[in-house]
Parts: sequence; structure tokens; C-alpha cells
Amino acid sequence: MKSDFFRGISHGIPIALGYLSVSFGFGIKAVNAGLSVFAASAISATNLTSAGQAAGVDIIAVGGTIIEMILVQLTINIRYSLMALSLSQKLDGKFTFPHRLIASYGITDEIFAVCSAQKQRLTPAYMYGIILISSVGWVTGTALGAAAGQLLPESVSGALGIVLYGMFMAVIIPPARKQFSVLLVVIVSALESVLFRYLFTAVSTGFAVIISAIVASVTGALFFPIKDTEENNL
Amino acid sequence: MSVAIYIAVMAIVTYLIRMIPFAFFRKKIKSRFFRSFLYYIPYAVLSAMTIPAIFYSTGNIVTAIVGTVTAFVLSYFNLPLIVVALSAAGMSFVAGLF
Repeated sequence: MKSDFFRGISHGIPIALGYLSVSFGFGIKAVNAGLSVFAASAISATNLTSAGQAAGVDIIAVGGTIIEMILVQLTINIRYSLMALSLSQKLDGKFTFPHRLIASYGITDEIFAVCSAQKQRLTPAYMYGIILISSVGWVTGTALGAAAGQLLPESVSGALGIVLYGMFMAVIIPPARKQFSVLLVVIVSALESVLFRYLFTAVSTGFAVIISAIVASVTGALFFPIKDTEENNL
Repeated sequence: MSVAIYIAVMAIVTYLIRMIPFAFFRKKIKSRFFRSFLYYIPYAVLSAMTIPAIFYSTGNIVTAIVGTVTAFVLSYFNLPLIVVALSAAGMSFVAGLF
């Protein structure tokens, strides 16, 4: 039990270090959008996700509706459902219902990736170890970024505003380069987003992201349905 | 509207998305179309969020373009997320000095 927990902690250290720098960028973005250091940290502590939080802050900044917020979070984070589904097949017998309720909080892209790579079944202690260290990194980075964002000169905080987007590009581009279907989906989605930004400006930011993503993904699913092996890349 | 309400909504929706399948479901999704759709969704979402917003992310279109090109080149060569993200910011900062 105890050794599983510490194994989880050690597997989570690289994740935590990565989160620390990325969430620093989120903290700055949140403060630039008018949120307090506390609000930014609270978002990170309760959500533990990058894209969903960034989109959420955009909606808060423009005073969007709650429906919009719900739909945006659903669209952006729905991938976690698949990851959760996949991990649920890999759980140790110790994973009782209450443990599942707690550990589901920490299913992120990176934690999912590390957990899926494990040979043995996942125990609650192991997952708690990874989740604990990763979330500490995520929240600490956010708080530091949010606090520093108010102190740093504008030349520095401005430049750091690109951190999260840089990370998004690093997620999109390698698979788009390898797989034509992903490239197509990425280009269709980006083109739609550009149209919403400059032409159909009546559509709010949140809905523009939802519509762009759904149309692009349906296009991909219709013309390039995935083979069973690709599913594992999720 | 209160920021606390927005945060609560974000947190609850995000938690339920993770919790419901993790705690309740055992079977796999069978529909190939739906599985394909879910496979493409993250890329589509990140793409729509990044373009064109990245060009406004630094408050200066020139430094943003420098950062974007940096991020593009480094991710094209498969560098780790953190390297890409921090280099983009570093190059934007440097471009802002001129």
C-alpha cells in the first residue's frame, strides 16, 4: 500500500515539473483576464486541466452564459470520459466505489498516459501518489504565475501569455504531421475558428470553439474513421 | 455573474465527465463513428483555441508571430511540450526587446 503510493509519487514527479511551468502560463493568463490569484488557483485546484481552464477563463472574461460554460467544458473535456473508461478496465480489486469517486478527479492526459503504460493493475494508492504530486505542481505553478503576473514587467508577462498556446501546438503538430486525417481535422477547425473571429463575429468565443471542433471532428470521423489501434493513442 | 459560480460550474462539469465513466461504466463504446469523433475532438478543440488566438496572446502581434513560428518549428521536430512552450515565450520576449 505504502510502496504503491511512493511509486506513484515518483512517477508523478516529471508530470508535476511539466505542470509547474505550463500552469505558470495559465496563472498569468487568468490574471490578465481579470481574475484574482485566489480565483486562478481555485480553478486549477478544482479542474486540473489546461485547455478547459483556458477556455473557461475566456468565458469568464467576457461574461459568457452558464450554458456556454457547460457546453465548452463538455466539448473540451469529453476526451477524459474515454480515458476514464479505458482506465476503469485496468483497476485493481482494491479500487472500491469510494476510491473511484476520489481518483477520477485526477484523470488528465499525462496521468492517463503514465497509468496506461503500467504493466500491473492500478491501485488507489498508486493513483493517489501520481495525482497528489501532479496537482501540487499544477496549483503551485498557477499561484506563482498569477502572483508574478501582477509583479512582472509587461514585456515578460506578455511573452508568457503564449506558454499555453505553445503547449497546445506541441500537442497538435506531431500527430498532424504523422497522420493526414489529424492534419485535416486541425486545418478545418482552425479555418472555422478564423471565420468566426473575423467574419461571423456575433458568435461568442466559447460557441465558436465548440462548433469549429464538432464540425471538424465529424468531418474526420466521416471520411477517416479510426482503426481500433489508433484508439489507444487517446 | 459571480466568478465563484463560473468556477463551481467548471469544476462540477469537469469532475462528472471523469467520474461517471470511471465509477460506473465497464463496457467499451462500440460505435466506430463515435470513437473516431472522440479521437479527433482534442486536436480540433486545441486547434480552434490556438488559431487565431495565439497571435493576440502576447499583446503584440509581432512578438506573437515570432513565438508562434518558434512553437511550430520546435513541435514539428517533436520536442517536449515544456521545451516548446517555454521557447515560444522566450523568443517572444526577445523579439519584444527590439
